Amino acid sequence: MPKVTVDGLEIEVPSGATVLQACEMAGKEIPRFCYHERLSIAGNCRMCLVEIAPGPPKPQASCALPATEGQIIRTDTPMVKKAREGVMEFLLINHPLDCPICDQGGECDLQDQSVAYGRGASRFEENKRAVTEKYMGPLVKTAMTRCIQCTRCVRFAEEVAGIEEVGAIGRGENMQITTYLEHAMQSELSGNVVDLCPVGALTSKPYAFEARPWELKKTPSIDVMDAVGTNIRLDSRGRAVLRALPRINDDVNEEWASDKTRHAVDGLTHRRLDKPYIRKDGKLVAASWTEAFDAIKAHWTGEAAVLAGDQVDCETMFAARALAGSSMLEGRQTGLAYDTSSLSAVNFNTTIAGIENADVILLVGSDLRREAPLVNTRIQKAIRKRGAKVFAIGPVTDLTYKVEWLGDDLSALTKAPKVLTDALKNAERPAIVVGGGALRYAGVHGAALALAKKFKLVRDGWNGFNVLHFAAARMGGLMLGYAHDGGIKKLAAASPKLAFFLGADEVDYSLFSNTFKVYVGHHGDNGAHHADVILPGAAYSEKSGTYVNLEGRVQRGERAVFPPGDAREDWAIFRALSDALGERLPFHSVDALRAEMAKAVPALGVEGLAHYGWSEPALSAEVNGKIADYPIKDFYLTNAICRASETMQKCSSELVHGTQVLEAAE
Amino acid sequence: MAGAVHIPDEAETRAKWGGFTFSPAYKAKADVFIGRYPAGRQQSAVMALLDLAQRQVGDETQTQGWLPVPVIEYVASYLGMPYMRTYEVATFYTMYNLAPVGRFHVQICGTTPCMLRGSDDIIAACKNRGLVKGGTTPDGLFTLNEVECMGNCASAPMVQINDDNYEDLDYDSMTAILSDLAEGKQPKVGTQLPGRHTVEPFGGATTLQAMVDKNHDYRGDW
Repeated sequence: MPKVTVDGLEIEVPSGATVLQACEMAGKEIPRFCYHERLSIAGNCRMCLVEIAPGPPKPQASCALPATEGQIIRTDTPMVKKAREGVMEFLLINHPLDCPICDQGGECDLQDQSVAYGRGASRFEENKRAVTEKYMGPLVKTAMTRCIQCTRCVRFAEEVAGIEEVGAIGRGENMQITTYLEHAMQSELSGNVVDLCPVGALTSKPYAFEARPWELKKTPSIDVMDAVGTNIRLDSRGRAVLRALPRINDDVNEEWASDKTRHAVDGLTHRRLDKPYIRKDGKLVAASWTEAFDAIKAHWTGEAAVLAGDQVDCETMFAARALAGSSMLEGRQTGLAYDTSSLSAVNFNTTIAGIENADVILLVGSDLRREAPLVNTRIQKAIRKRGAKVFAIGPVTDLTYKVEWLGDDLSALTKAPKVLTDALKNAERPAIVVGGGALRYAGVHGAALALAKKFKLVRDGWNGFNVLHFAAARMGGLMLGYAHDGGIKKLAAASPKLAFFLGADEVDYSLFSNTFKVYVGHHGDNGAHHADVILPGAAYSEKSGTYVNLEGRVQRGERAVFPPGDAREDWAIFRALSDALGERLPFHSVDALRAEMAKAVPALGVEGLAHYGWSEPALSAEVNGKIADYPIKDFYLTNAICRASETMQKCSSELVHGTQVLEAAE
Repeated sequence: MAGAVHIPDEAETRAKWGGFTFSPAYKAKADVFIGRYPAGRQQSAVMALLDLAQRQVGDETQTQGWLPVPVIEYVASYLGMPYMRTYEVATFYTMYNLAPVGRFHVQICGTTPCMLRGSDDIIAACKNRGLVKGGTTPDGLFTLNEVECMGNCASAPMVQINDDNYEDLDYDSMTAILSDLAEGKQPKVGTQLPGRHTVEPFGGATTLQAMVDKNHDYRGDW
């Protein structure tokens, strides 16, 4: 723990810290462009210069210099000021003065830092350099003349996204940042380079020229595109959410967000259900709330089945359960029927942050890159930083890192090949990740648990047994009992008279031909097509909701905008319906509902990791057959919101199906 | 930007060069280079391999060779590294040609010492012979490029043509060299000044004169 002195203030810093970090700990602001906490150190922008004694009598780049015992660091001397002004002047030599037409304006590091540390005027009288724009995919808009070559995007692509497709070509004045031959970045995380770019060289294509940052209302929220529970900030203006940006949460998403999280928000304004509908003579006809409630009342027998979709909040599921009773609840739309008697056996026990520390990881039928891109980056990190070894059972797919494929035969679980058993035996922190691609086969759950037991994956201070869900509602649903014994097929076999479908668009509706179907949701997608009554609900941006992510972390998001038209928050719909059915629910506000919910399921009342303990259900471990495929065929079109989003459709056609999108001539 | 990277049409080069592989002779050389680095560090041989690939392309096209995109990718996969990383190396160094060149690649040094010693005359000699900077002559013989210092300042001005340096040039000697090459003759390599040996001073040594003929121990003189 070296002691250093920063501007006369003596502080102790952790060993291995850099001078820049030491200055930050002392509360000093150090301007920087290329340095980023979560990327490797490049030291090429030279903006973080400070004066250090002992050392050569010249300014030194603090980001790349280790703090050592007895250093005297000055950040406020004339030399430092002059050095920063000099660097700033050089950076601005080739940077265009186009802030008024630049999307980064108002949230630009270069703008802010030139105000704070610049000279105020340039002495450069020659022509500025101009660089042609580069194509980086449907989400990243480029204006490379603005690039100051900090190489953050290059390092992000290599170190976090795991795709080495971005780089710097040419040299000297002609150096340019580009993707390989200007092909689109093949990554689920490409949108993050927009946030990383300290200038306006990489900006968001769908958000281009939409708004200035100071016009936007910022609301903390939780993402529902996958089960990671990315912490996001919804930026809205008026009634529209214009963009979603990640919030920093080291336990969940660090500061990244997948492209779906960021760019599906334009789907929130398309294909919305904004009034109730009733099916009359086979056709859906717009109706009033009262008419819709009356139609439901005609089929009400005091009980109903509830099928929750992938994006529902816990409040909605709780309100529906309170009204419809808890005997016929199911959230696993696609027909999974794994055992849920122990929540710890279907949880991501290692935790998202914890998987970074694993040294041997076995993936069973999970295509992490598409199912949970931000868990994939953690495994990438485990490999890069700690040399973890990854094995996988399932069809070969590109996960962005080196994987030892053990074939797609499930018998590898019970009769593990020697490479795997040796690795697991010698591992200190082994982990298994069972995905939806494998869970649908009988016995896989039991076989995975048996494997975990055999190799002591659960040991003191370490739980290496993980099930990977990819629906935001899943863990919350399981905690609320949304799991029918035998899954959705068995539930449908009981042919309920009445069923509520909470934004359930992936359900096979042919199973419910004899059921009166009420769809409570926000998008006119598959569920609405089959419904007998549609009650328009609110999307995740339009309600305050509790979500439980795949590791059992209870998180709350707030409402950013109001639902469109006659649509209402889902819990309020059930409250109103209960009135109409004469079975009034005992809550009249979200807070009252949450209090009730906390009474029923105490863990849902506390934000943070829910503790499920560890218990193994006794399951059959007999497996046979092969893993045919992974559940997510098209990463960009997995739910109703993305299917309504033009941006996601464009991404899908270009990045998944490989069609060339031609820009209209301007 | 004049010096920016411009690569020929991708579809065309892919059609022509898609099936590129090292010939046995070049493969043997490539494996020698790879063998110079420890196992797992074979990427260190990337520059040598790119050069070999360029030479093989040169042999196949009767020119000085260049690096079409599929050839760069071949080298990348040969070394197990991402295409982009190899592409970065290929675009960084001027010794790799990213567009086809002629049989003789004339690289003129125009940096300060050469310029002071008359590189403008050399450029004029090339120009009068029909060579255009950054272009290839219609007969496919010469490609002209201006490059930065090549470390021959003591015998400036100089050009590098293919693997040989020609130094102490003036307008006439440069014209003669180009004519010789065009006629298929091999001009004298190195300094063009009669009576000068490599880059030793004109008119004999001015320092360490005692060592001209035999070894001399200067330590006693100190």
